Amino acid sequence: MVEFQILLPAILNGLTTGAVYALIALGLTLIYGVLHIINFAHGSLLMLAMYAVFFLHAGLGIDPYLALPVVVPGFFALGYLLQRGVIARASHGRDENILLVTLGVSIVIENLARYFWRSDTRTIETPYSFETVDLGVAFIAVPKVVAFAGALLVTLALWWVMSRTDLGRAIRALAKERQGARLVGIDVDHIFAMSFGIGTACVAAAACLLLPSFYVSPGVGHTFVLIAFTVVVLGGMGSFAGALIGGLIIGVTESLCGLYLGESLGQIGIFLIFIAILLFRPTGLLGHRA
Amino acid sequence: MRRQLLAIVAFLAAMALVPHLVGSEFWRNWVMMALFYALLGQAWNILGGYGGQFSFGHAAFFGTGAYCSAILHVHYGVNPWIALPAAGMAAGLVGAFIGFLSFRYGLRGSYFALVTLAFAEVLRILANTVPITGKGVGLLIPLDPGAANMQFADRTGYFYLILAFVGLALLLTLWLEHSRFGARLVAVRENEDAARALGVDVFRTKLAAITLSGALAGLGGSYYAQLFLYLDPGIAYGPAISVEALLVPIVGGMGTLFGPLLGSFALHGVSELAKLAFGEAAGLDLALYGVLLVLMVMFMPNGLFGMGRTTLARLLGGGRDA
Amino acid sequence: MSEVKRKKSISRRAFVAAAGGAALASGISGFPSIVRAQRGPVRVGILHPVTGPLAFSGNQARAGAMMAIETINEIGGIRSMGGAKLEPVLGDAQSKPDVGAAEVERMNEAGVSAIVGPFASGIALATTQAAAKHNIAHIVDVGVVDQVVTRGLANTFRFGPGLSKIVDTAIENLVAINDGAGKPARTVMIVHEESAFGTGMAKVLNEKLPGRGFQIIETISHANPTRDFNNIVLKIRAQRPDIVIPSNYYDEFVLFSRTMAQQKVRPKAIYAILGGAASSQRFVKEFPDAAQYIMDCNHWYDPRNPVAQELKKKVEAKGLYFTYELFLNHECVRLLAEALERAGTGDRAAVIQALASSGFANHFMPYGPTRFVNGQNQGAAPVNTQVQNREIQLIFPKEFASAKPVFPMPAA
Repeated sequence: MVEFQILLPAILNGLTTGAVYALIALGLTLIYGVLHIINFAHGSLLMLAMYAVFFLHAGLGIDPYLALPVVVPGFFALGYLLQRGVIARASHGRDENILLVTLGVSIVIENLARYFWRSDTRTIETPYSFETVDLGVAFIAVPKVVAFAGALLVTLALWWVMSRTDLGRAIRALAKERQGARLVGIDVDHIFAMSFGIGTACVAAAACLLLPSFYVSPGVGHTFVLIAFTVVVLGGMGSFAGALIGGLIIGVTESLCGLYLGESLGQIGIFLIFIAILLFRPTGLLGHRA
Repeated sequence: MRRQLLAIVAFLAAMALVPHLVGSEFWRNWVMMALFYALLGQAWNILGGYGGQFSFGHAAFFGTGAYCSAILHVHYGVNPWIALPAAGMAAGLVGAFIGFLSFRYGLRGSYFALVTLAFAEVLRILANTVPITGKGVGLLIPLDPGAANMQFADRTGYFYLILAFVGLALLLTLWLEHSRFGARLVAVRENEDAARALGVDVFRTKLAAITLSGALAGLGGSYYAQLFLYLDPGIAYGPAISVEALLVPIVGGMGTLFGPLLGSFALHGVSELAKLAFGEAAGLDLALYGVLLVLMVMFMPNGLFGMGRTTLARLLGGGRDA
Repeated sequence: MSEVKRKKSISRRAFVAAAGGAALASGISGFPSIVRAQRGPVRVGILHPVTGPLAFSGNQARAGAMMAIETINEIGGIRSMGGAKLEPVLGDAQSKPDVGAAEVERMNEAGVSAIVGPFASGIALATTQAAAKHNIAHIVDVGVVDQVVTRGLANTFRFGPGLSKIVDTAIENLVAINDGAGKPARTVMIVHEESAFGTGMAKVLNEKLPGRGFQIIETISHANPTRDFNNIVLKIRAQRPDIVIPSNYYDEFVLFSRTMAQQKVRPKAIYAILGGAASSQRFVKEFPDAAQYIMDCNHWYDPRNPVAQELKKKVEAKGLYFTYELFLNHECVRLLAEALERAGTGDRAAVIQALASSGFANHFMPYGPTRFVNGQNQGAAPVNTQVQNREIQLIFPKEFASAKPVFPMPAA
């Protein structure tokens, strides 16, 4: 049985791929958990961040990992402005309108990217692109190991911000009780925008960690956005540990279903898990009852 | 009710003249495609607009209708006219199935939206894997023009067919607005618990709505299959159709009789306008379309129909915002 | 590229304004006098998916067609029509069949004499049918699915080869290369994308390869996009096939070949069929080590042809890559121009007639003179290329070859 021989390496691969999914989902779960909006623009923001990383590398020779301190704050600001200047203003706080606005924003970003940067698929080559770590049972590509560690660190950082800072407390208060938060003097619009900014910053971190092992094109967001939603629901909306665990579970599920059902049909496993979680435990693995 | 009925009849009559009055085949085709998306939007509107259940996965119904009629026709030699109701029924059944599972477990809001999206994806993956859909190769309906085959050599036939579907959807919606079922559905949208307290069977009401909505979208799928004669899993079950189906009624005005029609014509108009401005710079026209979409939401939060109604009320001296 | 795009921009705007006006005002029969004046320009529809998932290929294709139009106009247009210039009417199918069909209607009213495009088979099935209603000649640039030309549409002409022809040639060439090296390879694994071309190709390979002395160990179909290829590569490593046959889009091929290199899997040959990247200069430039010795059976030009060499330089000077989408479209426009030259008119029926009787020999594809039977160019065939030391060399058939195949792949 071929499948059995490569079972262990396949699980390891699933874990590293899953860590990338978790990274992308972390920002989404924050936005989803606090603002209760399905952010259709998440994928296109990921794409935009990947282009930023690409051009920093291609133009200035900055290594994608060293680009983190530039790209992450930049995208935090972008996210803040996007929520405050566009999404909040255009949607009048109504769910269906937020949906359309984020959809519109994603159409704009994606097609401007096509116009300015053409639709070519671009990759970067770093000294470690083809390097692997030999774990005895499997070779794991270095960028994937880094992404795995990065996912853990970003989760920890988010957890720290949310539980140890005033900002985090305000965000949590807002997520639980909008009216109450307003009454105790929390600047709701500001905190909403901060949440969106942090969520966007997370996606920028994901872009830095992802690009060395992937590619970027104007449509690359679509590759990950559905998976990210799956992870968010699986882990529980607004739960960072949930997103991490959810990402890893989805990664391993995808890997094993691919192994046993074929890479084509195997994708179905992700969505069946997704549906099952929605039906039987809609709060997700680590979510709280709303 | 009579005035609405009159409006529907007037609209259908005006549209019926389009093939005779509009000389340009391009614009006739344009109106036809706007009607097609209006049908999908009207289907979504029944569930999303009147029932308050947002679906992100109407491609599940559209694709099922499309595949059902194409498979019956290609593999079993069934005449498309006979396959048409079967396609509607199959799509309705898929709706009932998804509805049964998700409403049975009390999914609402974004959870319901995501579960419909996931079902559409599951169907797309299945269509890519099972032989009967032709897998990734897709399904080609043999070219054999003739009205008996539901393939019209001249686009006028297709035009009247979609107009008939839209008319059916409009009448259905009109009935809905004035029936007890519709009242129950709106009650569920406004407040499920209150509706339940008043004795409304919430589960059955929602189930009926999603079945009806699915069946209408399935008719749209069957139409698409006969018009373009080719299906693949991405066309049938891909997210593009799901997005169009929800864009059209939300922009036009959710839970209104004419909202989806207005939305469809407006969005297609905007898209044409964007092409006019930047048609030959790849991507720039779509970016402008996105900007216009955001602006439409910003300035018309109740949709086009909602805005029209508000303005009308003001003009008539009501003075109160709807 | 933007300069290519900006070049022509009046046509659509002028036309839609006119169309709108006519539709509203006249109301009788819209466009009675389609522009077919002998001295006026000949309008040509250039229809591709320049946005959406297929945008890369669509833009490459459009660039190729536009460069051909530019050159033809520079050297005097269509001589038999008094030097009439070609005027492109650009269309975007947005990677959707229904949008493609709507663009055909637009082009019809813009008075095009013919349409070139639309890259993807799924879109081609819709656009050829729409064009047939108006009797507009439709030259299919790529659209390899066999049914594109087997539906009996008299307006449809495919310059390049269809899928069956491509796979048959790939098998013949594989057998010849293997025989030439003393038959070192016997086992095969196929890794293909799940849409029309990958699935269709895998089906034919499974039917025919066993009869030619190859054993297919496993056929793996994967989704578009596939985000991780480690499982597939691990399966390959575990089963040690002599030859791996991939058939996928560019993005997936990049990830696949990178993973092959990371996992240190080196079969005797990587023999792509319609590989998204193996015949791409970009891939060879960005991943020279991973690309080394990869073979591909794909659309390719005759490397000794001076027109092709010059075009390649011009394309690269523009910062574009010389890909099959680009050069096929370039040659499809030249095929059309030659037909117009013989027809001496932009009249649609005459253009279809001229294409049907086309014997165009002056192109740079390794096909020989064109001869259309039921719309398919009979001489069209793919060739085999191999990446050798950062260059894409043509290795098969011999009469066009620029290098000898390196097979089996030498140890690293």
